[in-house]
Amino acid sequence: MDILSNLALGFSIALSPWTLLLALVGCFVGTVIGLLPGLGPSNGVALLIPISFSMGLDAVSALVLLTSVYYGAMYGGRISSILLNIPGDEPAMMTTLDGYPMAKQGRAADALVISGVASFYGALMATIGLMLLAPALSRVAFHFGPAEYFALYMLAFCTLGGVGSNNQAKAALAAALGLGIAMIGLDKTTGMPRFTFGELHLMDGIDFLVAIVGLFAVAEVFHFIESHGKDSAIGVKLGRISIPWRDLGRTQGAMARGTGIGFVAGILPGAGASLGSFLAYMAEKSVSRNRANFGKGTPEGVAAPEAGNNAAAGGALIPMLTLGVPGSGTTAVLLALLLTLNITPGPLLFTEKPDVVWSLIAALLIANVMLLVMNVPMVKVFVRILGVPSWILLPGVTMVAFVGIFALTGSSFDMLLMVAFGLLGWICRKLDIPTVPIILGILLGNAMEDNLRRAMVLSNGDWTYLFQSSISIGLWTAAVLGFLAPMVLRRFLKKPPMPATDSFDRD
Amino acid sequence: MAADRIFGAVMIVLALGYILSAMNIQTSFLSDPVGPRIFPYMIAGVVILCSLVMILRPDPDAHWPGPAMLLKIGGALAVLIAYALVIRQMGFIIPTAIASGLLAYMIAPRALPAALAGLGLGIGLYVAFRMILGLGLVALPRGLM
Repeated sequence: MDILSNLALGFSIALSPWTLLLALVGCFVGTVIGLLPGLGPSNGVALLIPISFSMGLDAVSALVLLTSVYYGAMYGGRISSILLNIPGDEPAMMTTLDGYPMAKQGRAADALVISGVASFYGALMATIGLMLLAPALSRVAFHFGPAEYFALYMLAFCTLGGVGSNNQAKAALAAALGLGIAMIGLDKTTGMPRFTFGELHLMDGIDFLVAIVGLFAVAEVFHFIESHGKDSAIGVKLGRISIPWRDLGRTQGAMARGTGIGFVAGILPGAGASLGSFLAYMAEKSVSRNRANFGKGTPEGVAAPEAGNNAAAGGALIPMLTLGVPGSGTTAVLLALLLTLNITPGPLLFTEKPDVVWSLIAALLIANVMLLVMNVPMVKVFVRILGVPSWILLPGVTMVAFVGIFALTGSSFDMLLMVAFGLLGWICRKLDIPTVPIILGILLGNAMEDNLRRAMVLSNGDWTYLFQSSISIGLWTAAVLGFLAPMVLRRFLKKPPMPATDSFDRD
Repeated sequence: MAADRIFGAVMIVLALGYILSAMNIQTSFLSDPVGPRIFPYMIAGVVILCSLVMILRPDPDAHWPGPAMLLKIGGALAVLIAYALVIRQMGFIIPTAIASGLLAYMIAPRALPAALAGLGLGIGLYVAFRMILGLGLVALPRGLM
């Protein structure tokens, strides 16, 4: 078997003591990031990229560290959902619906164990799915030419705008804003400066890490100050942790269904983990025999969305690794990481750098086991961390953001730019303009333009070339549908009432 | 309502400026059929279109903070800008302690805990980043070292 020998290669790299240590640190930090309201997978990973880069980690180590953080954050979000009724990040929102009622009935420990096991199950299955599907998809991606890639980028923006936001015009505006920012700097084809206004700092373009840390982390500071920074306090007492075998057995079906739905939602561009957990919960509610108990603290209502959000986190890696097109905010941040490490995701990644891909997959499997151990028997450690007051936490986060960018670029200009992006992020949040399309635009802008121009070179300036192959017609159709369909569907799919998330980590 | 309209109008002005700036991009004679201007034009077109939608069909307004809160956020902004400007000259510990102390005070206005938080973060982060992670930070102002 090809996959097994590849996996063996991956484990041979990932099982070194150094990588294991990094995975352990990543899992711990990730869970903490996930559970703290206001910090989630995307801003957490964003904060850590410049730092791990300045530490001089090699590609495999940095990937292992940060994907462990990514998976860990998906685990951690549920802890505050269950104990505080505040989702630690947006994908964990659905877990509050049944998790908090369970906690109020004195079953907080059970809820934490069930959701922890569900997270493990979802993430494990998704990682296996990633192993099986990603090489196949990368073979399809070999047939992609510039016209197809251009259509694919359109698809990513359209579905992200359609599915991920409330107002299509605002999402499209955000994407265009990001693309416009990406244009700043030297034009690769002609070597001419664009939109630099003679400013030397802008010749290389705007570093996407500066934009990401600003939009995701610094914007959070302004939001937190405005929302008076409620001090976190544990509302529910946590009893002794024991394993509720009966409930675990009963929720097997819910976990399996949640995993399947979440995985598919994760693969779809623009959908991501929040939609995965939402759909998993809604589906489970409609097929379950005791649907009347949903929202009152039923174990299935905790298991399904947690399996769903973790499976979506794994599934979202597939389009990111094979096509270079992220489906969510967090995978956009991971794409930024790959680009920083000079790794170009895409079909060639699997043939040219199998060591990177397979050690990453092996690391995900290892991290998942570590996370299960941390999040079930050792969950009390994390519950203590929830007690850190926000007036210490938030200045700390801000300073970490500055240190990262300062260590990376050493320039005051970039730090000022980061603050400006923070302000932009806060305004966007006020106006309900999603920030993830801005990031995606900055990340993909140059590649998108490049593919358009190469397609036009191939066709000698004939624009119909963009719609000629069957793959590109399919992608364009999906893009239009992905943008327009949610306008219609939104009337039928009403979200259940839920507590507002503190974080604006839109995944 | 108003906020969406203002933002839309600002964006249209920006997009027009963007087009104007794009018109001045120099093309070399060796260019491709598309050239360096078309894609920026397309982007500006999308921005204008979306901004018009925002102006014509604005969403209901979000809750905007009152003047006191805006002043506070402006204060935080000033702290962050000042921090970005002085960290190179002043070293890491002193600006970090002051900036994080001020931010802590803005979130929970108690002087002593905020001062302690600032001091702790200034020294603690320096230890963590410089000594454990090995990033190149300078502890104190150049003159004192």
